[in-house]
Amino acid sequence: MKTVIRKLIEQHGRLPVAMSTLADGQDLYAAGLTSFAAVQLMLGLEEAFDVEFPERMLNRKSFSSIDAIAACIAEIAPQKAVA
Amino acid sequence: MCENCTTFRKGLFAHRLLIETGVDGLYGRGGVFEDVIHRFDNLITSFGGADGAEVVRFPPGMNRALFEKSGYLKSFPNLAGTIHAFNGNDKDHAALLEKLFAGEDWTYGQEATDIVLAPAACYPLYPTVAQLGALPEDGRLYDLQSYCFRREPSQDPARQQFFRMREYVRIGSPEQVTEFRQTWLDRGRELIAKLGVPFDVDVANDPFFGRAGRMLANNQRDQKLKFELLVPIESTEKPTACLSFNYHQDHFGTLWGISQHDGETAHTACVGFGMERVALALFKHHGFEVEKWPSPVRKALWG
Repeated sequence: MKTVIRKLIEQHGRLPVAMSTLADGQDLYAAGLTSFAAVQLMLGLEEAFDVEFPERMLNRKSFSSIDAIAACIAEIAPQKAVA
Repeated sequence: MCENCTTFRKGLFAHRLLIETGVDGLYGRGGVFEDVIHRFDNLITSFGGADGAEVVRFPPGMNRALFEKSGYLKSFPNLAGTIHAFNGNDKDHAALLEKLFAGEDWTYGQEATDIVLAPAACYPLYPTVAQLGALPEDGRLYDLQSYCFRREPSQDPARQQFFRMREYVRIGSPEQVTEFRQTWLDRGRELIAKLGVPFDVDVANDPFFGRAGRMLANNQRDQKLKFELLVPIESTEKPTACLSFNYHQDHFGTLWGISQHDGETAHTACVGFGMERVALALFKHHGFEVEKWPSPVRKALWG
């Protein structure tokens, strides 16, 4: 799952640094993720994993790291987490 | 929505403070109402005038190409107003009149012009600042006011489609602009306290559109980027934002390519005053007759 997440961040995140330099726990906002790019990433994740983030997850924290995103997806779609 | 606001609106019409046009949120203004707006404008200047802001006044329209670049349509597609106009020949004119007199839709032939309505006083400003080149070391400060348009028809007189917004806009380093915002948070409280209306200051978010908007709104709140000074006008449960204090971080600096003197991207912040809303708060809390307003309030406005 994290490989897919990384690919989507690369695609939507418009980060000024290479994805390969980022650890799973690293703060994406500190790495340059903007609020608008985070929205694009959120929509990209929903499409790729065929999920809809509930209202309570539509915040900064949910998309703050690869680990945080993986935890959200694992929570709302446990079957996708093993993929 | 609420019975009281309808009553309040009727009172405003009856006293010729606002003049009905047949469209909710589109009103004429009477002389007394305008005088209150003018006096409040001066009161703002008495707090911020010594800061040396450059005064700039834009008409309530802006360059459509710049508006498109501004990103407004990403966040508020539902509030934007565009200006369309007839761009046809004699035959098209005849067709237009035929439709018009038949009571049919005549607007289909209207074409978008290169002007859209300004959604906020500061939107036309940023691209003009970018043209000036890098900021001086102490950044820049602007004093703006214009009519703005937001497509949100309502019977609540405090939610108008055309309204005036006075703004101070600070452009500079993160320290300069956050200090500016803090100064105005303090001044805003002091200023509205002089007007004798109840108020509260709270963290807020813009009404971003859709689910993506939900996330932007939550982000804005999490980071405390927007504060509002709220006064109960239509209801006490949902008080009306009369002033707003916004820190845009480097959003506009990056978008328009505004650099600080050292080459770093500029940060921006603004304080906005909803002119009609403050006037309405005064009429709501002190009555329709300005002669009868409490003397400290009259003194703050008329001296």
